[in-house]
Amino acid sequence: MVETAVRASGRRTGPSGSRWSPYAAVLRSRIRAQRTYRLSFASDLLGATMVGLVEFAEVWVVFNQAKVLGGLDMDAALLLFGLSNLAFALAQLGFGHLDKLPSLIRLGTLDVYHLRPQPVLLQLITSDFSLRRLARATVALVVLTTGLVRNDIDWSASTVALLALTVLSATVLFGGLFVAAAGCQFFLIDGAELTNSFTYGGSFAASQPISVFPTPLRLLFCIAIPVAFTAYFPTLALLGMPGPAGLPSWLAWGAPLAALWVWALAGALWRIGTRHYQSGGG
Amino acid sequence: MPAVAVDLRGTAGVYWRLMAAGFRRQWHYKLAMFSGLFTNCVFGFVRAAVMVAAIDATGGFGGYDAGSIGAYVWISQGLLGAMQFMSAELELAERVRNGDIAIDFLRPVDVQLGNLAADLGRALCTLIPRGVPSLLVGSLTFGLVLPTSPESYLLGAFSVLLAAALSYLSLFALTMVAFWVVETRGIRSLYQTGGTFLAGLFVPVHIFPDWLRAIAESTPFPSMLQVPVDVLSGRVTGWDAAHLVGTQVFWLLVVGAAGRVLLAAGRRKLEVQGG
Repeated sequence: MVETAVRASGRRTGPSGSRWSPYAAVLRSRIRAQRTYRLSFASDLLGATMVGLVEFAEVWVVFNQAKVLGGLDMDAALLLFGLSNLAFALAQLGFGHLDKLPSLIRLGTLDVYHLRPQPVLLQLITSDFSLRRLARATVALVVLTTGLVRNDIDWSASTVALLALTVLSATVLFGGLFVAAAGCQFFLIDGAELTNSFTYGGSFAASQPISVFPTPLRLLFCIAIPVAFTAYFPTLALLGMPGPAGLPSWLAWGAPLAALWVWALAGALWRIGTRHYQSGGG
Repeated sequence: MPAVAVDLRGTAGVYWRLMAAGFRRQWHYKLAMFSGLFTNCVFGFVRAAVMVAAIDATGGFGGYDAGSIGAYVWISQGLLGAMQFMSAELELAERVRNGDIAIDFLRPVDVQLGNLAADLGRALCTLIPRGVPSLLVGSLTFGLVLPTSPESYLLGAFSVLLAAALSYLSLFALTMVAFWVVETRGIRSLYQTGGTFLAGLFVPVHIFPDWLRAIAESTPFPSMLQVPVDVLSGRVTGWDAAHLVGTQVFWLLVVGAAGRVLLAAGRRKLEVQGG
């Protein structure tokens, strides 16, 4: 504990005495606080690991019965699940607590954020940082690694680049979905569950072969909420498989563009939402 | 004590009114219920598409066909709002933590039964805006086959009621742990994710591999979702259905008793602390 504290204060005097240092300080204290209550932290970690395992079990049970679904077999499903869930878990680590926005609005706590001379969104993002979510990311990473080993992948510099680019962009994409959801929550305080359909629903859909969906859902997950780019297209490319008709293989490289689109949407929704926000008058 | 025993009708009246109050309270959250329905439908679309594809890919998928898997998906999505699976922690948890529960103990209403009655009211209310429209959406999109015999619906309704009570009572028992542990989030998330999976929400229990199905069936969870879905959809009928409902009653008694024991123990602890 002491060691951490010394290191933290040592770093603060370093070159990072910039505009980012308040956020870094908050994050460091969040991390320290969570590790202090050992038992609670352990049960949190166990709970989060179970979430990851259960989500994997859902996919596993279906493929265990069906063997091949939407053109993918169990080994390919490992890649699909690993990619989408790793990105989602990482995005949740950074943005997942935006879910709590309705209760902040209801309790009037959000006003405090407005009083500080920093962007509200950045403050909210750093207001909580749940280390337990690393457990879920770890489960996804293990599944992804297993998938990479078990599948016959033609390894090259471009495969590695595709993997890195996909995980990075997909994390950003899911993060954008959380921000978009938060923007809507200024209007939906009572109905905040609605936005779960594109955050958690998006993640759920991303871990399925998009080819099983009927056309309206395909359009939804390829264009409007383009979670197909987080795992499905890259998985096809990694395995050298042709996609469903009408979907060219270079789409695998489209994740950054998809992320950009989601963030454009998220930015707009967040701006509309914060403009709409009127304090509860607390 | 004798006064309470004599005035049975008055006592029943209290629980009836608590249930009505729970119903009316939930009725005010219309936007919440609509958004719940919307989310149920999105998940329903995704789940139904995956399940239908899985049926196309296999010959026998746990004995389901396109119509019966539709019934399973949309009935389970429709019941989800009534069951205490995805909900945040009970308000009761905060009362246990800050000691307000001591006031509840002084009231002439049993803490467990009173809260159960209010929650059943809430659960019944969610069936109107979430349960019925979910079936409608399902039948208009992917299609589903519902039973034709009235006894499936009668026994099914009873089974749904038992499931709602069971799901509340198990969350109640879990909440009682807050007498001893300050933060129950870890335990709760274990319960919610493990429980919904074993209850057969995302994948029907019937397509689990044998060992996993044996685990699920040794827990109360299938009684909270898979059983009412099976009875209501007519997958199981006659004596088999009665047997399933009997299992629900068994778990209701077990989980209810566990909640009472924890409540009584927590009450003693509270008195020791002088809460």
